[in-house]
Amino acid sequence: MIALEGVSKSFANGSRFAVRDVSITVPARTFVSVVGDSGSGKTTLLKMINRLVDPDAGVVRVADKPVDGVPAYALRRQIGYVFQGIGLFPHLSVAENIGITPQLLGWPKSVIATRVAELVDLVGLPRSFLPRMPAELSGGQQQRVGVARALAAKPAIMLMDEPFGALDPVTRDTLGSEYRKLHDEMGLTTVMVTHDVMEAVLLSDRIVVVRQGAVVADGAPRELLSGHEDPGVRALMDMPRRQAQRVRELLNGGTPSEQSVRERPTRE
Amino acid sequence: MNEHVAAAWRLLPVYLSQHVLLSASALALGLLISLPLVVAASRSPRVRWPVLAIASLIQTVPSLALLALFYPILLALSSASQRLFGHGFSALGFLPSLLALTLYSVLPILRNGATALTNLDPAVLEAARGVGMTERQQLLRIELPLAAPMLMAGVRTSAVWVIGTATLSTPVGQTSLGNYIFAGLQTEDWVSVLFGCVAAVVLALTTDQLLGTIESGVAKRRPARVWIGLALLILGIGVAIAPSFSSGKPAYVVGAKSFSEQYILADLIAKRLRQRDHAVVVRGGLGSVIAFRALANNEIDTYVDYSGTIWANEMRRTDRPPRAALLAELSDWLRKNRGVTVLGSLGFENAYALAMRRDRAEALGIRTIADLAAHAPQLRIGADYEFLSRPEWQALRDTYGLRFAERRQYQSTFMYRAVASGDVDVISAFSSDGRIAAYDLLVLEDPKQAILPYDAIVLLSPARAGDAALKSALQPMIGAIPIERMREANQLVDRDENKLSPSQAADWLAKATHLDAR
Repeated sequence: MIALEGVSKSFANGSRFAVRDVSITVPARTFVSVVGDSGSGKTTLLKMINRLVDPDAGVVRVADKPVDGVPAYALRRQIGYVFQGIGLFPHLSVAENIGITPQLLGWPKSVIATRVAELVDLVGLPRSFLPRMPAELSGGQQQRVGVARALAAKPAIMLMDEPFGALDPVTRDTLGSEYRKLHDEMGLTTVMVTHDVMEAVLLSDRIVVVRQGAVVADGAPRELLSGHEDPGVRALMDMPRRQAQRVRELLNGGTPSEQSVRERPTRE
Repeated sequence: MNEHVAAAWRLLPVYLSQHVLLSASALALGLLISLPLVVAASRSPRVRWPVLAIASLIQTVPSLALLALFYPILLALSSASQRLFGHGFSALGFLPSLLALTLYSVLPILRNGATALTNLDPAVLEAARGVGMTERQQLLRIELPLAAPMLMAGVRTSAVWVIGTATLSTPVGQTSLGNYIFAGLQTEDWVSVLFGCVAAVVLALTTDQLLGTIESGVAKRRPARVWIGLALLILGIGVAIAPSFSSGKPAYVVGAKSFSEQYILADLIAKRLRQRDHAVVVRGGLGSVIAFRALANNEIDTYVDYSGTIWANEMRRTDRPPRAALLAELSDWLRKNRGVTVLGSLGFENAYALAMRRDRAEALGIRTIADLAAHAPQLRIGADYEFLSRPEWQALRDTYGLRFAERRQYQSTFMYRAVASGDVDVISAFSSDGRIAAYDLLVLEDPKQAILPYDAIVLLSPARAGDAALKSALQPMIGAIPIERMREANQLVDRDENKLSPSQAADWLAKATHLDAR
């Protein structure tokens, strides 16, 4: 469905690479998380898919067609995009925000209205919110609108850049799992960038770990959790496991073992 | 109602309509220019920096100078166009004022607009691209609506500036509320000055309120408010400028330079024309050169000038023929070279002259400047700021060998007081000045004719050269105004107490010279 083939991108006149010769394939209906520290190039990778960033080298394909074969705006109308900044249009109502892409595509008004109503139901907002302005909503509610807006024109692909990063932990967890359900029900292909390994483990089918613009690991969460040749990846994946273990021990009434308390396992 | 206020009130429809027409046009043009610049500036820092710098630079040019500078520029353009395309355009009045005010109006809109557009929430802009907007859609649907409240605030500032600055367009020949202020300043009619200020302030505040309504409508996204504000604004402009478009038959335009005598004579001419049922507009407060150019370009139909002024400024002559010869040669030259008709001399001169207190002059036995020369080394001269650097002074000094013990410079009011109190012995005066009579001064004769004759002459524009109605209305004035009467009329306006308006002084002058019956 999505293929990045040997893509590179450098900034500051080529002196610093954000992404160096990366290839990733995302089959249809998969949920892939891209995990890495800040500055690892994960956001750049994501933005190459909807051409918010164009690669210096390599090819990006969506549905087997190079993304630069159509104007960027036309491509973006077929791909949902959700990001940490949310970016609701402050001068438009909730309904107008959600209906923006269908409107740009020239859908009839009545069809847009029906679709917008359907979407607020889907993301769990009351319909009474439709005439409200974004500023009247809480952060979590705003990002629900953000997700609805991204889904409005029935895209097959969703790109999410730290979508729930700015929300409180409870809202974050709820929204994450609700989205995963939507992903399955609607048969979406999702690529999510996150620095939260736990979130990646719990939501995705596959995790891609990037470091300094290159892919260092790519596999199912279960595979990566059970060990990896790269010590950094091992350290990264060890964290959710330890946290899970600690919670289990607490629930069993015991005290956490020394190993599960340690911040990071010593490096070999 | 006080006669001064009543006189000012009668002029309001014309002044206000011209002022509103000028301000609204300048603001509209300013918007038209600044909006594309705002967008360009927000797109590229390489455009933003120079554009804002130039706009700020323009703002630092004193507004009066900016207005004045457009006159020579347009004059050059006009003569170039005359050569290239066979017709020029007026370098006076509306056009230079419009251009200067337009430049002035650009900065606040530009600065606010560029600031608003460059400080939009980056997340919103990323979202706009993310949902698939084209650049144009992003600008029109997201950026401009979000920048609109701040942009409107800029428009509001700009409107207030333009309305205030438009009062300065009077000296370049554009009628505005500034006519009250400039005329009042020259004739020391403070009621008129105050009236002009209040009118301009009320106009500015009203406009600001209406634009404020629109601004808050934009900010709060209440389209109804925006439309109401806009409708009231357009209605107000329409009502205000109506008088400029409703004049039935072509009006005569009478020009006046910016001092009392000129206002009185222009009013006198206007009254004579009105008595004969002609529509008349007086354009006062014109600069000296500007008044003549306006006449030559048919922008004003008639005004009173002084022979020596034209001789030196227009004909660029430095020789000094006798009074009658100069007038004859001047009339001939004007008709041939400028198409301007000299209807005739009013009968008095308004020349630079030397004056002394009568008792002092008699005591010293001084009647002429030649007599004065002998006593000068023991005397003090008081002059206005200009006189001692003028060619008239050089001519006097060289012709009579004048050397004074001391020279002092005064603002003209204080110069007269100084000679009256004996602080100085001799002053530079204008021969028709009312204060000569008021202070009982003696104007010294100029037997060697060192100073050019400055006969007050009535000029007609090229287009009015064959206008019998105009000529018959003005002909009786020729030779009808002796200098004593003119001095008295000037004094009625210039005196400090119980001042008359120029219009009242014109009535007095008509009676005193029996012109009211002719």
